[in-house]
Amino acid sequence: MRYLPLTPADRTAMLAAVGAGTIDDLFADVPADALLSGPVEGLAPHASEMAVERHMARLAAKNLSAGAAPFFLGAGAYKHHIPASVDHLIQRGEFLTAYTPYQPEIAQGTLQVLFEFQTQVARLFGTEVANASMYDGSTACWEAIAMAGRVTRRKKAVLSGGLHPHYVGTAQTMAKFTGDVIEARAPVLSASADDAEIIAAIDDATSAVVVQYPDILGRIPDLAAIAEAAHAKGALLVAVVTEPVALGLVEAPGHLGADIVVGEGQSLGVGLNFGGPYLGLFGAREKFLRQMPGRLCGETVDAEGKRGFVLTLSTREQHIRREKATSNICTNAGLCALAFSIHMSLLGGEGLSQLAALNHDRARATAERLAQIPGVTVLNDVFVNEFTVVLPADARAAVRALADKGVLGGVALGRLYPQDKALHAGLLVTATECTTDDDIETLAATLADVLKKGA
Amino acid sequence: MNAPNASGWKPEMVADEGDVLPATVSGDKGLQLEEPLIFELNRAGQTGVDIDAPTRGPVAGLAKFLRKAPAALPGLTEPEVVRHYTRLSRQNYAIDLGPFPLGSCTMKHNPRLNEKVARMPGFADVHPLQPKHTVAGAFEAIAELSDWLIGLTGMAAVALSPKAGAHGELCGLLCIRAAIEAKGETRHIVLVPESAHGTNPATAAFAGFRVESIPATQDGRVDMDALIARLSPDVAGVMITNPNTCGLFERDLKKISDAVHAVGGYVYCDGANFNAIVGKVRPGDLGVDAMHINLHKTFSTPHGGGGPGSGPVVLSEALAPFAPLPFVQREADGSVHLVEEEEIASTGHAQSFGRMAAFHGQMGMFTRALTYILSHGNDGLRQVSEDAVLNANYILRALEDVLEAPFAKAGPCMHEALFSDANLADGFSTLDIAKGLIDEGFHPMTVYFPLVVHGAMLIEPTETESRAGLDRFIASMRSLAERARAGDEHLKTAPHYTPRRRLDETLAARKPVLVWKGA
Amino acid sequence: MTRYFTKEHEWIDVDGNDATVGITDFAQNSLGDITFVELPESGRAVTAGEAVAVVESVKAASDVYAPVAGTITEGNTALDGEPELVNTAAETDGWLFKLTLADGADLSDLMDEAAYKAYIAEL
Repeated sequence: MRYLPLTPADRTAMLAAVGAGTIDDLFADVPADALLSGPVEGLAPHASEMAVERHMARLAAKNLSAGAAPFFLGAGAYKHHIPASVDHLIQRGEFLTAYTPYQPEIAQGTLQVLFEFQTQVARLFGTEVANASMYDGSTACWEAIAMAGRVTRRKKAVLSGGLHPHYVGTAQTMAKFTGDVIEARAPVLSASADDAEIIAAIDDATSAVVVQYPDILGRIPDLAAIAEAAHAKGALLVAVVTEPVALGLVEAPGHLGADIVVGEGQSLGVGLNFGGPYLGLFGAREKFLRQMPGRLCGETVDAEGKRGFVLTLSTREQHIRREKATSNICTNAGLCALAFSIHMSLLGGEGLSQLAALNHDRARATAERLAQIPGVTVLNDVFVNEFTVVLPADARAAVRALADKGVLGGVALGRLYPQDKALHAGLLVTATECTTDDDIETLAATLADVLKKGA
Repeated sequence: MNAPNASGWKPEMVADEGDVLPATVSGDKGLQLEEPLIFELNRAGQTGVDIDAPTRGPVAGLAKFLRKAPAALPGLTEPEVVRHYTRLSRQNYAIDLGPFPLGSCTMKHNPRLNEKVARMPGFADVHPLQPKHTVAGAFEAIAELSDWLIGLTGMAAVALSPKAGAHGELCGLLCIRAAIEAKGETRHIVLVPESAHGTNPATAAFAGFRVESIPATQDGRVDMDALIARLSPDVAGVMITNPNTCGLFERDLKKISDAVHAVGGYVYCDGANFNAIVGKVRPGDLGVDAMHINLHKTFSTPHGGGGPGSGPVVLSEALAPFAPLPFVQREADGSVHLVEEEEIASTGHAQSFGRMAAFHGQMGMFTRALTYILSHGNDGLRQVSEDAVLNANYILRALEDVLEAPFAKAGPCMHEALFSDANLADGFSTLDIAKGLIDEGFHPMTVYFPLVVHGAMLIEPTETESRAGLDRFIASMRSLAERARAGDEHLKTAPHYTPRRRLDETLAARKPVLVWKGA
Repeated sequence: MTRYFTKEHEWIDVDGNDATVGITDFAQNSLGDITFVELPESGRAVTAGEAVAVVESVKAASDVYAPVAGTITEGNTALDGEPELVNTAAETDGWLFKLTLADGADLSDLMDEAAYKAYIAEL
């Protein structure tokens, strides 16, 4: 077996060295009736690298990959071009096969990366501090709601109708068990976000207002106005960014008054991966630092006075506070954070803005072309790289028909909101730097054809 | 692995502190390279990505939302970026460089085939919300993994969406809470042994339970009499790690399960140490109702410097109806489909406690774990457990005469060997041994955990260390133990040969600097 | 003014209805370098034995309990920027909070200095 270095002779010698007759002597504490006598049912014996690769490749080949089709999906997961150097660097064994940096003298590589990552996230979000990443955007969003509850000592969060429904669902699940109240609004097929309704819903019991920016339909809420209204009632504004590339074009939420900014970092450096692993981004005002969840890396000096980095403020965390911890999280998304950080280092702030401008250009081109199809209207006045079109038919059927013709044409709102029939004509369309003029033309022509045939 | 010190190299052959060699101008020392922060390398206007110029400007309505200036972030060309991260990588220790015997963390070799498979476009370049018929292979891969996780644990179902071990723990406890509520009961208490991982009590508290601690016996196991005395109609469940954090198998788990079930409670097993028994023991046969599996431990997905993880939870018949959304379900005809919010009623899953995260779980970890399982097969997985346990016992017996091994007299250990600081000289601590190991070229063992042993040193070699590698590690450990017993002061300032010496953690916590404050 | 001690290693100076609370030198010594102190808000009513403050070192966080019932009047803000005061002056400038005693607050469970010294000698 290619992964197991002990030889039969080693095993015999080592058993003798520990005073055991057989290997099962070392399993003596396992009750005899619980010790399996034979192999696990159905599982084949060990297989060669070639055989396993062949099997897995066969499964992979049954999937239509984003790169093999005109591709327009978004809704919290985005296809961007990842520079070749990103994947090369994260596969260096010193990064890939290291553990959480608990021994800082031999983990300065990972620690400095985390410090740089925290700075990049804070600057991208316009917040004073940021943590070393969370599981993903949806769990980061719930953690922000919980943190706002600790800061304000209130239990009711108001969620915008523009917040990703999986993020809403995650918060609702958690709140059921923590006793928090989640006031979630339903989305409406309207050109503008629900800023006014959100503002009206804030009261003296509100811990947090949670607003996605840009929102699930691609619209852009007026964060500054919502922040002002939230602060007037003593509530915090939590801004949620599912597409960080958008922040190359629109103002950072922290500069508009958001107190906590969370997001999904997948767009930068991390592939689609069928939904995971991704990475949660988490930034906040420094005065709330002690209430933040997740790992934090901090600067310090070593015994010779040289600058170095360590994990710090760990008294907030589960392994010390146990049942009083700010969160039960004990892992972050280290390798995804590294990928994000490398991609961001290649881009820089100006590169990110150029990338966002190109994304917007592609989305504009797509929207303009789709608007020419009879019966199709573009909902949004404003968007960055993702917008909603309203079809003269059920969008899920259209999406399936498009896929049958080799076009991955977007995310039907019916997939995200199966219960809400009023949304079922909505199709969420995303374009990125990967979107070519040919892709746009293929989507438009195929969609026109599908609609004509009455999808 | 090479023979111990085949080159004949000795520490005194290297210039060390106190030597009179001149300092280098660069600050670098040969292959030991210093590296500034990326922000300090910044040169305005540089980029490592060539981006086509757009032909269309912002839509009219966007004007009032536009950012005033690009984010103040450095951009560097590709050669500069590659060099920065490559230089940083060399300041890390990693399993690719040598043994990483962190007890309870399971640092074993990460097969590279797993990396290759996870990057196949059919897995890596697929969107979670694509029409389901365009991702049949992804669902099949998930279903295959589910089948093997269920088969290897002897449980009824598996929830795949939890994103890490602690998230899986939470999933298990939320299933327990949902099951209790479904019976119309309220129960407040979760019993947790004092040797448990800190996540256990944190998770139980987050799931809304009150945590009560159960003491350990003299031989390092859960005190079953104390546990049974605490059982009552108010007990929702117990959380037990098996093998436990002392590296010992909980012999009485089945009896504990029966007693807990008798009062209407549930048994949560922390599966962090499943790698010691995979292919040998099925937790389902011991009465377990829920157990998370750290795919990054037992099934060797890479730790990546702290994640991403993945924490599928296997569930008993009693808890399966409450599993979180979404999950894949295999139909009678062998086809596989995804159950999301809209399908719960039609598929009989209306009792699901809901969604724990966006999308469908850590697919990139599923493909790696499945590849690992298929590579090892039924014989290889058994061999994994057996070799992991054999390697740990080999270390236990090779060191028990120089370090106090509190539970070694009573019998073998499982996959990790536990020692205490009882034999060290006055003023010498577990930390000094750990830092000394760094100078010896090894990653330290887990220190000061579990809390039930004073100055604990928990050593988990895993099955992917060769005998020669173990002998080399043992030689270093014996030398360090002897130095600590003899009072060698050099140990107290170790490590000496690392890019940084001991770091001031007090300063970092008192005056937190979490972001670079330069321009 | 009288100084009392608790088994949880707090000291309390009682002066009429007013009291000042800190942790003992013995306590700070066993906690190691203090990195952060979480102080209670003024105006908070507390019962005897209630956790009201937290003293943190790098690897530990320890609750500090109200030795008697009362209402918090002040936290030691000097500790915000200089938590190390708890190490260097635990029983003087490193005090944690002040409170006014509740009516009928019970001091009978508290130790005097001699009793506390005898208590820690046993530990």
